Amino acid sequence: MSRTKGDEEEYWNSSKFKAFTFDDEDDELSQLKESKRAVNSLRDFVDDGDDDDDLERVNWSGEPVGSISWTIKETAGNSGPTQEGREPKNRNSFSYGQLPKPTSTYSLSSFFKALSDTPAKSYAPELGRPKGEYRDYSNDWSLCDTVRRLRKGKVCSLERFRSLQDKLQLLEEAVSVHDGNVITAVLIFLKRTLSKEILFRELEVRQVALRHLIHFLKEIGDQKLLLELFRFLDRTEELALSHYREHLTIQDPDKRKEFLKTCVGLPFSAEDTAHIQDHYTLLERQIIIEANDRHLESAGQTEIFRKHPRKASILNMPLVTTLFYACFYHYSEPEGTFSSPINLKKTFKIPDKQYVLTALAARAKLRAWHDVDALFTTKNWLGYTKKRAPIGFHRVVEILHKNNAPVQILQEYVNLVEDVDMKLNLATKFKCHDVVIDTCRDLKDRQQLMAYRGKVDKGSAEEEKIDTILSSPQIRWKN
Amino acid sequence: MAFHLRPDAPELPDFSMLKRLARDQLIYLLEQLPGKKDLFIEADLMSPLDRIASVSILKQHEVDKLYKVEINKPVLSSSEQLCFLVRPRIKNMRYIAHLVNTDKLAGRTRKYKVIFSPQKFYACEMVLEEEGIYGDVSCDEWAFSLLPLDVDLLSMELPEFFRDYFLEGDQRWINTVAQALHLLSTLYGSFPNCYGIGRCAKMSYELWRTLEEEEEGETKSRRPEIGHIFFLDRDMDFVTALCSQVVYEGLVDDTFRIKCGSVDFGPEVTSSDKSLKVLLNAEDKVFSEIRNEHFSNVFGFLSQKARNLQAQYDRRRGMDIKQMKNFVSQELKGLKQEHRLLSLHIGACESIMKKKTKQDFQELIKTEHGLLEGFSLRESTSYIEEHIDRQVSPIESLRLMCLLSITENGLIPKDYRSLKTQYLQSYGPEHLLTFSNLRRAGLLTEQAPGDTLTAMESKVSKLVTDKAAGKITDAFSSLAKRSNFRAISKKLNLDYKAELTLAQRQPFAL
Repeated sequence: MSRTKGDEEEYWNSSKFKAFTFDDEDDELSQLKESKRAVNSLRDFVDDGDDDDDLERVNWSGEPVGSISWTIKETAGNSGPTQEGREPKNRNSFSYGQLPKPTSTYSLSSFFKALSDTPAKSYAPELGRPKGEYRDYSNDWSLCDTVRRLRKGKVCSLERFRSLQDKLQLLEEAVSVHDGNVITAVLIFLKRTLSKEILFRELEVRQVALRHLIHFLKEIGDQKLLLELFRFLDRTEELALSHYREHLTIQDPDKRKEFLKTCVGLPFSAEDTAHIQDHYTLLERQIIIEANDRHLESAGQTEIFRKHPRKASILNMPLVTTLFYACFYHYSEPEGTFSSPINLKKTFKIPDKQYVLTALAARAKLRAWHDVDALFTTKNWLGYTKKRAPIGFHRVVEILHKNNAPVQILQEYVNLVEDVDMKLNLATKFKCHDVVIDTCRDLKDRQQLMAYRGKVDKGSAEEEKIDTILSSPQIRWKN
Repeated sequence: MAFHLRPDAPELPDFSMLKRLARDQLIYLLEQLPGKKDLFIEADLMSPLDRIASVSILKQHEVDKLYKVEINKPVLSSSEQLCFLVRPRIKNMRYIAHLVNTDKLAGRTRKYKVIFSPQKFYACEMVLEEEGIYGDVSCDEWAFSLLPLDVDLLSMELPEFFRDYFLEGDQRWINTVAQALHLLSTLYGSFPNCYGIGRCAKMSYELWRTLEEEEEGETKSRRPEIGHIFFLDRDMDFVTALCSQVVYEGLVDDTFRIKCGSVDFGPEVTSSDKSLKVLLNAEDKVFSEIRNEHFSNVFGFLSQKARNLQAQYDRRRGMDIKQMKNFVSQELKGLKQEHRLLSLHIGACESIMKKKTKQDFQELIKTEHGLLEGFSLRESTSYIEEHIDRQVSPIESLRLMCLLSITENGLIPKDYRSLKTQYLQSYGPEHLLTFSNLRRAGLLTEQAPGDTLTAMESKVSKLVTDKAAGKITDAFSSLAKRSNFRAISKKLNLDYKAELTLAQRQPFAL
């Protein structure tokens, strides 16, 4: 405002302007003083930001106002009695220095009328909103009602539950209702209004609420508070797992590797620590192999990469897949290299069974039957070779069949199956005629052999063989 | 499902009302945002929405384009009004907030409406407030809680329930369950007899009673159409859910995935170059006859039916004009329909057989039986070990391990360690987290010393004889979880031998 106090006096005391008329017979000067005060207070209202709400709550009491903010506070809850008569938008027409014209909606006469009408120390009565609605916005609901309102999804401020006892009672009531949404709502409020030490301490003995808080923190991703909570509760394993879980969000392999390194020292159980260590070592290995192989592949000199281009990166693959990859692309490498399968086996203590299975699958895919052979051939102390498998030869046969191994190879391995029934089944399934014939002969089972005769090709060598055996007088058939 | 009608059974309530209600509610909500709008739907809600309101209905109410909510993918809609139909999850809130804030930064204002299904959570409101968009979006609730999948099957279509409650202990959906029950009792009369078992059952029941008491006097006089209600917590019986399915409907689900009562059959089944979405319920006459049959019976049954159908077609050879006219007008349509369904199901059977033979299904069933009956434990364990080594399927390997754990009251520590190590080696080291979750949920645990079979068995058999009928007892539920599966099945006389003989007929051998 540009006018000073001096100007005001001049303004009000100059005769150029008409004085206001009052209904009562008060002394003119004191009336003017009243009106001046009132207008001053109004001016402050007008200038006090563009806050309609404040204006709406103006109290028109004639009480001498100590300060504007006090007046505003006092009238904060009331709906203004002259609400209907005023339009906040038009207050601009009521700028200081201008007498309001009679057409202005801010009719000053009505303004002062109200002033003089109301007794000195009273406030304007509450008008406007019905009592129920008013209560809707206050916080007078009881504990049970508050929780009921929360359950129904209604707007409900929990601010009035300020004492710790009130807060805990609220929480207990929420828990007794069983609705997780309500429990979480109360927890959100508690999290905001309690220090975390107090919150943790109280939740430590309230399992249901504690579970809800943990789930809530997980969902909003407040990792920091979650870890602090676990630390407070001394839940070391969950702390470790929660920290470890973060690695899934890190995409860059090197960064992930570094992160895993930090996980190794976490309070896992002894076995889990070993698993984490393996995870780190594996990723470290994979990064090296990946870089190397990508280089080899792009150089285009290595045959295996030319014949079987890689379909995917080896990063973040499980150990067995990595082993398969190594058996596929790096089978003949010496133990010293990072990508050698033997090296992987030793580093990660892969059991024989798993190793043989994987190597077999890889070599069979490449149709490297000699390698397959070598896998199972062992030399005993006399120098004789013998075939042994830690996985059961029926498995070997299946894997070979899956990779379309030639019948001779299949036959060789079917023969090695120890269980006779299984041997017969497999031989029949995979059409290893010789094996079937030989087995039937060994079992002295004529019926089966005759039945099988119908399955072989007419005029084939197998048919002849069957006929020879059937007609052999030396065999004592059992059926 | 779809029980065979007994002559004295009462009529089933008309559950189609639930669908109509849900649809009307959704339409009402859509109309709150008049004018053209684009609708973003969360993936989980697409199938249920399909069953309730088809695309044409949505279009009738000024829905222009339909999009799927895909986190981390840019939004391509250019409409001025966007509507989101989502579950009340924080990640959805962040998705919407990102969209709105991006618009704000670009100086673009659109109208946004979020429809929460089935209800809004306070945590979601908190996030909307945090992200500064609380005032920019209007929020509504689409309280669709029950979807009729078949004449006698209602589903809440809330797959996250299991993880939220049984793993995390979050009771957020209990109110939803209570609301669903309340809806049922309002529409079909209050249920006079209630039984239950399990902690969640108890809480749902209590919350539901609270709801009912709050709204007294509305349906008191109605004659109830539903007489009994049983509340069962899933964790009372994990075994059933973990066993492989061997009836036709189960195998269709296994192979093709039945979503909300319908399944997508690809070209290899439809024998054409198109895929077909088929509704599988009691209305499909062929399906309703074979759905609960053991798979070994199904193929024979279908072949027989095909032959009958052919015979009926052939009848027309000996017909005169009048008979032919009759035939064409009355029977041909039905026959054609049956023929179409038959060929679909035969195609499905073939696909299933092919897949299962490849997977060595016979061995799997045999192992499961061993676990259920409690014999050949070492063989079963080594089968599982091999299953893991061969990297057959991460889910199936876990399923078997959990079955072993529950039937044996936990794995012996040596087995637990070695199977876990092998699993991590075969399927990835990050599954350390999977094992921790499964342990927390009680699905895959380690035997503590002293949890020997005999001790548990005697404890439980005593408890099972206490008939606390009609009462929901916490004690039973907590012990039942840890109790010996074998003791219970003995008491309840559960017999797996019938299953065993059917399986031994080798339906999946070539």
